[in-house]
Amino acid sequence: MHKRPLTRRLSEGLVPAVPFLWLCLLFLVPFLIVLKISLSDPAIAQPPYRPVFDWSDIAGFFSQLNLENYELLVGDDLYLRALLSSVRIAAVSTLLLLLVGFPIAYAMARAPERYRSLLVALVILPFWTSFLIRIYAWIAILKPDGFLNQVLMGAGLISEPLGILNTETAVFIGIVYAYLPFMVLPLYATLEKMDDTLLEAALDLGSTPWRSFWTITVPLAMPGILAGSLLCFIPAVGEFVIPDLLGGSETLMIGRQLWSEFFSNRDWPLASSVAIVLLIILVVPIVIYRDAEARRVENVR
Amino acid sequence: MRRTFAPWSDPDAKPLIRFENVTKRFGDAVAADNLTLNIFEGEFFCLLGPSGCGKTTLMRMLAGFEFPSEGVITLAGQNLAGVPPYRRPVNMMFQSYALFPHMSVEKNIAFGLKQDGLPKGEIVARVGEMLRLVQLEKLARRYPSQLSGGQRQRVALARALAKKPKVLLLDEPLGALDKKLREETQFELMDIQHDLGMTFIVVTHDQEEAMTMADRIAVMDHGRIVQVATPGEIYEQPKTRFIAEFVGDVNILEGHVLGQENGLWRVQTPSAEVPLTIDDPDEVLHSGQAVAIAVRPEKMVIQREWPGPDAINVLTGEVWDIGYLGDWTVYRVRLATGEILRVTRANASRFVENPIDWDEQVYITFAPDAAVILAE
Amino acid sequence: MTRRLSPFNVTALVLGFAFLYLPILLLVVYSFNASRLVTVWGGFSTRWYGMLFRNEALMEAAWVTFRIALLTASVATILGTLAALALTRYGRFPGLTLFTGMVYAPMVMPEVITGLSLLLFFVAIGLDRGFWTITLAHTTLTMCFVTVVVQARLVTFDRSLEEAAMDLGAPPLRTFFAVTLPLIAPSIVAGFLLAFTLSLDDLVIASFNTGPGATTLPIRIYSAVRLGLSPEVNAASTILIGIVTLGVIAATLLSKRSVIRSRRNAH
Repeated sequence: MHKRPLTRRLSEGLVPAVPFLWLCLLFLVPFLIVLKISLSDPAIAQPPYRPVFDWSDIAGFFSQLNLENYELLVGDDLYLRALLSSVRIAAVSTLLLLLVGFPIAYAMARAPERYRSLLVALVILPFWTSFLIRIYAWIAILKPDGFLNQVLMGAGLISEPLGILNTETAVFIGIVYAYLPFMVLPLYATLEKMDDTLLEAALDLGSTPWRSFWTITVPLAMPGILAGSLLCFIPAVGEFVIPDLLGGSETLMIGRQLWSEFFSNRDWPLASSVAIVLLIILVVPIVIYRDAEARRVENVR
Repeated sequence: MRRTFAPWSDPDAKPLIRFENVTKRFGDAVAADNLTLNIFEGEFFCLLGPSGCGKTTLMRMLAGFEFPSEGVITLAGQNLAGVPPYRRPVNMMFQSYALFPHMSVEKNIAFGLKQDGLPKGEIVARVGEMLRLVQLEKLARRYPSQLSGGQRQRVALARALAKKPKVLLLDEPLGALDKKLREETQFELMDIQHDLGMTFIVVTHDQEEAMTMADRIAVMDHGRIVQVATPGEIYEQPKTRFIAEFVGDVNILEGHVLGQENGLWRVQTPSAEVPLTIDDPDEVLHSGQAVAIAVRPEKMVIQREWPGPDAINVLTGEVWDIGYLGDWTVYRVRLATGEILRVTRANASRFVENPIDWDEQVYITFAPDAAVILAE
Repeated sequence: MTRRLSPFNVTALVLGFAFLYLPILLLVVYSFNASRLVTVWGGFSTRWYGMLFRNEALMEAAWVTFRIALLTASVATILGTLAALALTRYGRFPGLTLFTGMVYAPMVMPEVITGLSLLLFFVAIGLDRGFWTITLAHTTLTMCFVTVVVQARLVTFDRSLEEAAMDLGAPPLRTFFAVTLPLIAPSIVAGFLLAFTLSLDDLVIASFNTGPGATTLPIRIYSAVRLGLSPEVNAASTILIGIVTLGVIAATLLSKRSVIRSRRNAH
């Protein structure tokens, strides 16, 4: 067998080793710490948690762990309602994103080829500008004396200003607006690859355009629909900025709850358990997304 | 002058490349199965076989991109084990050409020379020489994306030749060209190889390409080399049924041996009423042995008239299909057994009176030495 | 192809892009509003820009943000490129599944979780929060994006180009610098720009990991926005949007050239 010199094998080994160790240290280990802290007692001291894990005392470790924080989470229906409401808002937003994103992606894929890269660039461009700024822009639009109400009242369509800001509707609008590129791009990628003659064949065989859309286009676009939906749904569940700026005080979302547990109540162990619960809810969609991504890369290869 | 070139039949000649009992496995798949092969200096050698037969693996082992699981490969007496691709006196022309898209034509050609640290003047001179050789002097500054398929093929060739390797490997060198260009390029490659006196090893699945260019052909199937011989031998004396069917068209008649008469074999077959007479003296057969008789379509004669009671090797059938190809006409003739034979006839004259037509009863005959016996 | 768009498709595109761009356009236009009331037009003025540049806290935040983004993008580009090479060129190796998981997860995971977990990690190892913790956190997040961008290019990369270089006598390292690197360079640049903008833009992770003297621009803007609309924020946003737009246009033109070249090459 062919043997390479040791120094070369070592230097080749560095290529995967460096990023791998970096991610282990700054991604994996922090999670284990969150898990650990979520199982410890709240304390007022700075840092506001009492480490249950004295690194030298492994035997005492398990006996000191307690599920107090989780009991609190289950006992207080505020957190349960926040979780359910987050999932609901994210699911509805994802559905809205599909409804808004599909026609755009479809039209982009049908556009003459020379315009397509421009259209893609135009979809990506807002994504490059600050998320915060784009959400901020909507405050001025949705305010009671904002642009939307000015236009609608000016046109005589309504007599009283609509109170959209600080409602769930505003959160839906914000999520759809901010996440639209993440939905359109995967959809466009699959639709663009689709062979036009398939639709022509379906029409030729007597299928109506509407039925062809449902029996040919949609099934073939499924990988894009899945990728886009997961790409929007997962971060939307934990969204903080949008409900904070556009939602009202009654808009419950778990990301916001975590933020206030952490910054206002300074209860780090409770914030950690909220993070763990949120993560457990998201593990399944994240694994599906990762597998779909890995498969897509494999297919390209 | 080519005709006298046959180092493989000289027992004293030392081969340039030797594969000795080389086996290559990819997991459970065997791409090369205990291969032994000698290739001589100055040879134009073709590895021919269907896709997946292991011919590309064999070439990649020589280039150094794959390493044998077992066995030894030597080049000019040097064992190649452990020698990385960039230290082998072998260059390759890739099937995809693998031209560096970010380098101009001359930069592409100069790439290998630069790796050797040649002085600048020498590199410029050699690049110029290569550009002349492939007639691309005017396109030196162009980028690969600005070239046609044929031009790219020439750049790839020039780049691989620039280092004057001992052996040039060509992986399906003409695969991406259209038919007409392919034929011209075949002859050009032969000329270049002859002028430079280099050893060429070509991998191809196109038997016509192999027949045209090669001094010798190795036919591969499922990781094994089934026959190594000159194109003429491969065509006229195929060793196995696979080769007979893979190289050119062939009609196969199944039968069994009756015995030998005056040095000619008598073979009984259901396809003919009278036993066939075959002149294949090298075969060692015994009575009752099952054999296949292989006859090339152009070696069969088709006629409407009965050839007479003394004629040998007569088959009777009716015309099933006629295909007019211009230079040839192909007749597909159905025998009473249901077998379909393919017979070709050169269209030597422009007008034929009363030509053979569809559904006509015809007789097919062939000479005893037109057929080859393939032991089953 | 000379295909025409149906009226339905045209409507979808027009409405879609109006939805995407109108809010930004309004924001930019009203940054030149003379009135302090953001939603009431009071004539053209650039006074908010003047105030912006005299606002030292904001300028300081912008400078910190820029330094963090530059450092983040540089380190993340190197780490991400190495990770992309590892994922595409090393076949299967022990830990590959964990590796891909760690690359894809941070991209979709809610930022509150990433921010919190990194903060608790920094506290646990006793690292003072500030400039460096934000930079480390941003590097970890953005290197995953760089990985995906570079990986996409490497997957479609014709391996025979590298083999050809080696066949012509270039050892592996020289092959990488002479052939691989120049050809994947556009994706590396794209990855760098992506990492830079993501770092520039991040509020949540920075909020968790910030410390004294390391207030970034998004943190400043966020606290201003919480107090209500402010024409100064509009002006700051407009400047940011302008910079990003110019950068994206330049990058698009650059990559367009290489795309056209590689497209032509594919024929």
